[in-house]
Amino acid sequence: MAATPRPAPPANLFPTAGVEPRGFWALAIAAAVVLLLALGAFHYLEEVGHVATGMGNEVVWGLPHVFAIFLIVTASGALNVASVSSVFGVKAYKPGAALSALLALALLVGGLMILVLDLGRPERLVVAATHYNFKSIFAWNMILYNGFLAIVAVYAVMSLERRWQKISAPVGVLAFVWRIILTTGTGSIFGFLIARPGYASAVIAPLFIALSLAWGMAVFILVKEAVCHWYGVPVSEEMRVRLRRLLGIFVATGLYLAAVHHLTNLYWARQTEFERFFLLDGGLYTVLFWGGFVLLGSVVPLLLTLLPRFNSPRALLWACWAVVEGAFAFLYSFIIAGQAFPMDLFPGYEVRSGFRDGVVAPYLPRLPEFLLGMGGVALAFLVALVAIRLFKVVPRDEMPAVEVK
Amino acid sequence: MIPVDESRRKFLGTTAAAAGALALGPGVMLYSYAEAKAGSGAGERTIRWGMLVDTTKCASGCTACVDACNTEHNIAPAKLPTDVQWIRKVELKDERTGAVHSMPVMCQHCAEPPCVDVCPTGASFKRADGIVMVDRHTCIGCRYCMMACPYKARSFVHEPTTNKSSVAPRGKGCVESCTMCVHRVDKGGTPACVEACSDAGHRAIIFGDLNDPNSEIAKRVKAATTTQLRADLRTDNGVRYQGL
Repeated sequence: MAATPRPAPPANLFPTAGVEPRGFWALAIAAAVVLLLALGAFHYLEEVGHVATGMGNEVVWGLPHVFAIFLIVTASGALNVASVSSVFGVKAYKPGAALSALLALALLVGGLMILVLDLGRPERLVVAATHYNFKSIFAWNMILYNGFLAIVAVYAVMSLERRWQKISAPVGVLAFVWRIILTTGTGSIFGFLIARPGYASAVIAPLFIALSLAWGMAVFILVKEAVCHWYGVPVSEEMRVRLRRLLGIFVATGLYLAAVHHLTNLYWARQTEFERFFLLDGGLYTVLFWGGFVLLGSVVPLLLTLLPRFNSPRALLWACWAVVEGAFAFLYSFIIAGQAFPMDLFPGYEVRSGFRDGVVAPYLPRLPEFLLGMGGVALAFLVALVAIRLFKVVPRDEMPAVEVK
Repeated sequence: MIPVDESRRKFLGTTAAAAGALALGPGVMLYSYAEAKAGSGAGERTIRWGMLVDTTKCASGCTACVDACNTEHNIAPAKLPTDVQWIRKVELKDERTGAVHSMPVMCQHCAEPPCVDVCPTGASFKRADGIVMVDRHTCIGCRYCMMACPYKARSFVHEPTTNKSSVAPRGKGCVESCTMCVHRVDKGGTPACVEACSDAGHRAIIFGDLNDPNSEIAKRVKAATTTQLRADLRTDNGVRYQGL
């Protein structure tokens, strides 16, 4: 009996092995240099202490946390394409699933590196790994981060290995559920802070989920376009349209929940002073929220993604860039202003003390903390770059015969 | 139908029961030891150490309590936002009546401390006698407790420390706050700030067991209206204020 010939694998999932991406080493060295600078900054902070940063006893989480939380929240969102492919079974997204998963891993690793290096006692990481206070959402987050890394790593391997692709769907579902819980946990780190009017709200968790969808999608699109350009692989216009629409919907959802957060705060008399500060009188924080997050990070990408006249690859890239800029503006204003605004220990009294009670706390980021933050971005970039090169995860769009308008 | 082997069933049942008893037994024993331990020694279960600050006696401009705390724990007077401060003097002015108050604010030693809830490693802890502290060996310096504290009572050590006090080992990279001078209290003494306030002739702060009906603090709290800072948060503070 003649052996049945094996069906040839579709040639468009991965590029041919011979393709050499341009500038790999230049990019890798550039990222490594930034990473080394960050490690230098970390060493310096270890020697002299956090006095070398702009952080103090009021603003205890500063620029490193803005970077770290951006990377962690975006990591969850970078998994969007894998989720749509596995959970919702949309085949058009399958070629992007592996890149989506690897990007999620890279971003989370970068974010976690910043958090660890910013600790007052980073050498006690083993203590953090062995002593758990299960009432702490922070401790739960450590479990969630590690679980995310493990599950998404398994999913990534399954997406890369053709034999296992058929059984990757259940792992994809688990990864999807896990990422929703993870971002709920990240949001709740702030949402549970009962004493701070800028944070204490149940809306923060869903707000972070919505923001993760938008930020992750924006970063994924940017990376996908870059990778395809790098390897000379064409990007399907239909796929662009799909991702563009999704990005628009996610951005709108994030903006909506941010509005709900502030509107509910305005409804409560005891929160209105904070809202007045944040929305009107907060100086840089106010400018970053309205100009950075609302205008640049939300309205501009909404126009660019939803208006047909801007339907071009270049406009999509600008929309993604605006979303990322808006993300940093949002996080800086949210994280810093929430701490800088004085807590009201004595309602109905004017307060003054030698410990800056009743006044807005100062915060001006300094070079070491900026380098620490950039180090996380560099590590995420480096991990993604090496993974893409190593596994040649270039999404080659295979669009179904459905016409998308 | 296959006949049932009753003796085998009994044997399996007995074995399972014995294995269960062996597994649970030590846990039950340990639990009973733990229960017994809680009632003896430092951290007496029935004690709730607390302080009462009488704002009508606290003098504006007087910093005797702050100075005493700094001396006791080898803390340099705070000037910068990165400097450590365990206790601070706060001056208040009623926005409507113009009435003024002066008072110290420190860790409020909550019965439901948010700092303990949020600490990922359990380094922030509450003793059975109500004193809230930081275990310097398991604090990783994440500062989440400082985010959670409603009273701005915690400080992060931003710089290497020198001239360490034997009663309060302090080190860079950890969070710290008022310990209610636990080293004195465990020897039957009173916190340094209370002593200094008394020495200065004000007696604005009294210290004692809130759970002992015969203690001065319990009598005062029973007789006069006292206030807890941010009572709306229901953290059930060990530090109370009178005259506010």
